[in-house]
Amino acid sequence: MDIKRIDEIIEKHDSEESSLIQILLDIQSEHHWLPKEALNRVAEKLQVPLSRIQHIATFYKAFSLVPKGRHEVHVCMGTACHVRGAQRVLDAVQDATGIKPGETDADLKFSLETVNCLGCCALGPVMEVDGKHHGNIAPSQIASVLNNCD
Amino acid sequence: MTRLSSPEKLECARKEIVAKIDPSKPCISVCAGAGCLASGAAEVIAAFKTELEFHGLTTEVNTRGTGCPGFCERGPIVMIYPGEICYLQVKPADVPEIVSHTIKEKKVVERLLYVNPATGEKVTRESEIPFYKNQQRNILSENIRLDSKSIDDYLAIGGYSALSKVLFQMKPEDVMGEIKKSNLRGRGGGGFPAWRKWEESRNAPDPIKYVIVNADEGDPGAFMDRALIEGNPHSILEGLIIGAYAVGAHEGFIYVRQEYPLAVVNINLAIRQAAERGLVGKDILGSGFDFTVKVHMGAGAFVCGESSALMTALEGRAGEPRPKYIHTAVKGVWDHPSVLNNVETWANVPQIINKGADWFTQYGTEGSKGTKIFSLVGKISNTGLVEVPMGVTLREIIEKIGGGIPGGKKFKAVQTGGPSGGCIPEAQLDLVVDFDQLTKAGSMMGSGGMIVMDEDTCMVDIARYFIDFLKDESCGKCTPCREGIRQMLRVLTNITTGKGKEGDIELLEELAESMGAALCALGKSAPNPVLSTIRYFRDEYEAHIRQQRCPALACKEMIAFHIDPAKCKACGTCFKQCPAEAIEGGKKRIHVIDQEKCTKCGTCFDVCPKQFGAVGKISGEPVPPPVPEEKRAL
Repeated sequence: MDIKRIDEIIEKHDSEESSLIQILLDIQSEHHWLPKEALNRVAEKLQVPLSRIQHIATFYKAFSLVPKGRHEVHVCMGTACHVRGAQRVLDAVQDATGIKPGETDADLKFSLETVNCLGCCALGPVMEVDGKHHGNIAPSQIASVLNNCD
Repeated sequence: MTRLSSPEKLECARKEIVAKIDPSKPCISVCAGAGCLASGAAEVIAAFKTELEFHGLTTEVNTRGTGCPGFCERGPIVMIYPGEICYLQVKPADVPEIVSHTIKEKKVVERLLYVNPATGEKVTRESEIPFYKNQQRNILSENIRLDSKSIDDYLAIGGYSALSKVLFQMKPEDVMGEIKKSNLRGRGGGGFPAWRKWEESRNAPDPIKYVIVNADEGDPGAFMDRALIEGNPHSILEGLIIGAYAVGAHEGFIYVRQEYPLAVVNINLAIRQAAERGLVGKDILGSGFDFTVKVHMGAGAFVCGESSALMTALEGRAGEPRPKYIHTAVKGVWDHPSVLNNVETWANVPQIINKGADWFTQYGTEGSKGTKIFSLVGKISNTGLVEVPMGVTLREIIEKIGGGIPGGKKFKAVQTGGPSGGCIPEAQLDLVVDFDQLTKAGSMMGSGGMIVMDEDTCMVDIARYFIDFLKDESCGKCTPCREGIRQMLRVLTNITTGKGKEGDIELLEELAESMGAALCALGKSAPNPVLSTIRYFRDEYEAHIRQQRCPALACKEMIAFHIDPAKCKACGTCFKQCPAEAIEGGKKRIHVIDQEKCTKCGTCFDVCPKQFGAVGKISGEPVPPPVPEEKRAL
């Protein structure tokens, strides 16, 4: 991990304590998780106790304290998707990947998360793979979409 | 970019921009909102650019990506001006035909038009499509008129004229008076009058004050704020600056959830553009009024939509709510007076200033003025964003605008208000939509999510769904919410898995009552989905508990799949597709589901050809014994 890069992120936010969440979001988006060294550095630079950073990192859903897979799969569980069969989509994704929401597979290929609403309710049920939306997806199509990921 | 240092210079700049616009020049507008982008709008825009280049038309035709017009169901949506021709579900492959026919020969591509399902008639113009025709699109209509990344487009339609008016022709008290007269109520959920917050904050002695946009649109099934902030970010910004002037704040925050990356990009861009033009920052338009604004990204916590939790998050801490004996309007962010309003509330402000409170109050009911945007989703034919004056009935929205329930199914309920709201049954469909009427019916306006449910939706499962959602989202700070939700979920899960027992309904009601002691609105209103479904659909709860039956045939643990031997034609479709290999079949042999192996995934039910309809669901009664081997030959 590049400590210099972490310092750059902290400086971009003027080393301000109030920007703690924004700093963690930037680190998360670059590394796809929050490595311990990075958190120690943030604590040191911002003069914030590590316990508070841990509180934030576990409170908000966007953060992960473990490494993520190469492909991030999000299944929308919003109400509109729920009434259109999101649970069956999730079941199919779990079958195809062998992991449950919040988990990453052993060879770091897939990470699976559920999200509460992606705001594309007209397209429900929706699955998002690496930022690309797959709308009106049927459980039977899941395997072929995921097989296209290498 | 020149700084606009006076209202005259703003008007000059506007005139220059407008003068450059040739209304007869063709313009292709493609919706670049999140919904259409997910359906491939970016590819369509790229295809238009390539095609226009091929024909050497790049200078003669404008193309732009606009905000969301609302009809997400039929995206990507393409509008061609002049003529307002509206093409739906456009694919890159359709682009050459549109360019050669519509742009070059001024002819309409019939097959891409909207077809009225009732009459079979094709509709060319957007405004004539029934989905749009029955709306009152005061706010949303601007989305399609501008490129969401262009400040010039916003200026061309009169943008920032309200700000200029406020700064040079009105005192802060006048602004306050106009908003008070309009009786604008918060569009985010509670419906609290905006002027009361503003006034309270203005009157607070502390000289440091903040104004905040709440764009942490967490209600699942609601996306109107996303459409506004992505599509017309300058209107939100203008509303916020006006509010700051009225309140006496010089600093503001826009809290956007990180699940909306495009909204974050567009609002940041809008702030940068406005700052370059001198519309944000020091000495705005030469008025001497200073205002700076910062975007704060949420990190995925539903509770942060609650005002005090959002403010805690702005301070860089875990977004837990705090008691509000003293309103946040007096003691908010870092204990300074803070006015927090929802995206849609701020979007209304410039219009009220420009057109007057009297214009605004002509729409709506006695207690709820203006229009409201709803996201009409779920089991409904025309899914999308709908803007209507307060006071229309639910039936009008669902039937006239939404086009009713697809697939000939029967309407069961509409859920409004997100996880804090409730379900409204068919008998109440003539209820008028305003803040007070919805609350009376046991639901609430909320931020405007409207999820339509048909006969296939189990109401106990919906209650369980919302409580399950809230279980993850409760911050855990206060006991009634943290423990109450957990216990409710346990009871509801028991009911939906066939383990319900007599007394469960009463237990749920008792738990609901005790949750009134929760710290914030999340916990206090959490029982609403349960109470409203018990109130209107008690029979469904009782069927689950007493007969082990799910009337909607939705609860997985309480149903079984069965192939009707009289209807099975041995086509083999279900046999081939069953992922659990639970179907016994063969050529010209009646297929049978092995109930031991069946995982109830529902694939067989989906794939059985419609003309046969042999696969059915059974609940509350034993599955008929399989046809004996020797009798399976067809």
